[in-house]
Amino acid sequence: MAKEKPVSGGQPESAAVSESIRIENQNRAREKRQLFLISLVSVTVCLVIWELAVRTALINPKYLSAPSQVFQSFIIKFYDPTPDGATLPVHFASSLYLALVGYAAAVIIGIPLGLVRGYSRTFYRLINPIFEIVRPIPPIAWIPLSVIWLGIGTTAKGFIIFLAAFVPCVINSYTGVHQTNPTLINVAKTCGANDWQIFTTVCIPSALPLTFTGLRVALGNSWSTLVAAELLSAKAGLGYMIQQGRSLVRPDIIIVGMLSIGITGALLSSCLSRVEKKFVKGRNER
Amino acid sequence: MSNDVKVSVRNLTKCFGDLKVLDNISFDIKKGEFICVVGPTGCGKTTFLNLLTRLIPQTSGEILIDGEPADPKKHNISFVFQEPSAFSWLTTQENIEYGLRIKKMPEDYIKQQSDKVINLLGLDRFRDAYPHEMSVSMEQRVVIGRAFAMNPDLLLMDEPYGQMDIKMRFFLEDEVIKLWKATGSTVLFITHNLEEAVYLAERVLVLSAKPATIKAQVPIEIGRPRKVSDPAFIEVRKQITDMIKWW
Repeated sequence: MAKEKPVSGGQPESAAVSESIRIENQNRAREKRQLFLISLVSVTVCLVIWELAVRTALINPKYLSAPSQVFQSFIIKFYDPTPDGATLPVHFASSLYLALVGYAAAVIIGIPLGLVRGYSRTFYRLINPIFEIVRPIPPIAWIPLSVIWLGIGTTAKGFIIFLAAFVPCVINSYTGVHQTNPTLINVAKTCGANDWQIFTTVCIPSALPLTFTGLRVALGNSWSTLVAAELLSAKAGLGYMIQQGRSLVRPDIIIVGMLSIGITGALLSSCLSRVEKKFVKGRNER
Repeated sequence: MSNDVKVSVRNLTKCFGDLKVLDNISFDIKKGEFICVVGPTGCGKTTFLNLLTRLIPQTSGEILIDGEPADPKKHNISFVFQEPSAFSWLTTQENIEYGLRIKKMPEDYIKQQSDKVINLLGLDRFRDAYPHEMSVSMEQRVVIGRAFAMNPDLLLMDEPYGQMDIKMRFFLEDEVIKLWKATGSTVLFITHNLEEAVYLAERVLVLSAKPATIKAQVPIEIGRPRKVSDPAFIEVRKQITDMIKWW
């Protein structure tokens, strides 16, 4: 152990090195701040143009509300159930519940299915023809059938969302396992690993990054299918709120609903990224 | 004599359909011996290795380890592949412990083996580093450490230094000798670099062109540390080079 190794990274950290690391970190932080500022400016400029366009009546306020008006409605909607029958938190909770139920079902069924489909040739042959035919059918096309089967309640809506999230879960976890480096499988084999050990210690970890991409796509899908699912008679939900906003010609309500969907989607996606960082180890961070 | 035979290959033949790749190969490896296998490109070296690791079945013949048919589930067989093969989601230490965990060794033995290998390789600073944080040569050292940590009955290395530059190769060759001596493993090292073969091996097996047979076995009786400029070294290297030129 005493011998010095002529290999990269082996030098002791001198004061000069740690100083240069400090300066490097400082520069990086400054660059990050600048980039953030640029994003902030672009958003602000958009909002100002939008506001001015409505204020100067360049756009008829019947078609588009000003951002200030939208913000005001957003605050009011937190406690006021008029004109659409429920407050924003109620709509939000109803939608979130629906989306998460459908999404969770898709993840619980879809991910294992995809992983096994990637590993077992027999299983792949077994389910692939059916899967490939069902896959291109858009979730919305399932609405009529699901109404006949499941009625117009939560189950039917959850089912539509499930379908939207299911496909990316299966495809990505399948591709992840399928693309496992054969050399790594051979490493496990020569160590004497059995099929189950190969699957759990090599295939699944190597499929994780792609699987998480699938989870993210699926989350986006289930959230964006929400509006369509809530076309089936609903009493609450962000999609329902948007529909009501249309009937009542209240563009501000519509935009509040749209923005709530957008912001929540972004938040959920960033939560998922955090989970991913916990689970996916040893990859370069972007 | 038969007591210290670790691995015994008997009349090993492999055909892929009509194509005969290996023809009736027989040889013994003594316990703790370091053997290099050289041969022309495409002579079936990889097939040969895949047979020894039981990744593919042989057509006829047998491979015995300690007198029993070789079986990766029973014997400790380690393989260092040509391409980088560290698990990218495991740290250096976890990579080194991988094979031991597959074998379900007791926890304190795993710890003891990984500490030993990490110390021998001087990888302590990189214990918790992931492969993407290291250079390719570092990654290959982790892989070699993983192979030695299993205390293998048979360690197979397939041109592990093929992609390294000369300086790094000299360093790693010395390191592999150090590991071999410290662990007493039985090593079969495949290379097309004759100098490397003569530098490392106690015995060099020279394979013929396809279908591969053992053309010659050359014992290398030069003391260590060996020097590539030593006249005795050059003599042996020349002798093996001439055998290969023959084709």
